Amino acid sequence: MANYKDILKSKSVGVAGCGGLGSNCAVALARVGIGKLVIADFDIIVESNLNRQYFFVDQLGQKKAYALRENINRINPSVKVEAHDIKLKSNDIINLYKDCDIIVEAFDLAEMKMMIIETVLSKMPDKIIISGIGLAGWGDFNSLKIRQIGNLYICGDESKEVSEEIPPLAPRVGIVANMQANVILEILLNS
Amino acid sequence: MKINLNNNFEEFDFNELNIKKLLEVKNFTFKMIIIKVNGSIIKKGEYEATIVHDGDKVDVIHLISGG
Repeated sequence: MANYKDILKSKSVGVAGCGGLGSNCAVALARVGIGKLVIADFDIIVESNLNRQYFFVDQLGQKKAYALRENINRINPSVKVEAHDIKLKSNDIINLYKDCDIIVEAFDLAEMKMMIIETVLSKMPDKIIISGIGLAGWGDFNSLKIRQIGNLYICGDESKEVSEEIPPLAPRVGIVANMQANVILEILLNS
Repeated sequence: MKINLNNNFEEFDFNELNIKKLLEVKNFTFKMIIIKVNGSIIKKGEYEATIVHDGDKVDVIHLISGG
């Protein structure tokens, strides 16, 4: 049986969005030695991101996709990182992620989550997508779960939407991002 | 009829139900949803024409912001 490191080294994961979910999930996959990450985000880093996203104060103002590539390189330079500064649309998702083994949905807005899930389920039906839905606030650990619907895996509580009173914070967002990474390992290493 | 709704078997006082009615009965009023019936995505314009029968598997995904 192949070593888990050799298996992961041969795999490629697409990460759509480099915010709280995407940056933490990508870093977890980099630490365990995934072969390649295709990361994408159009945004720049602002101070309010630092309560949960894998960036540093001296990176404020930088493009998230490029700053995350730099941070991954500092953690594990053997990971190939393809970084795209782009606001992903349906066609971009098909083009950028067609060769990835698994796609991580790591967007912030509900309409973007809907767009990528619909795109992958309808236009890339053989592709596995891991989505993070419901991660706001704190505590309530036991409501976080994983639901599988065919090739779609949903990590999160599927109920708590972010708001001013219930912000996204490092612990719960990090748990869901790492649930996504953990499901990916389970799929890649058990198949 | 009995259907598998989000991995729970639920009993309904109907022999069949279209998706629009099912959402009403369940009081699913979310704006951002994806619905799959027996594995196939049902587009928004097809909710009335899509009939759910006894034994069908229906998955409702409610998209909410946060990431």
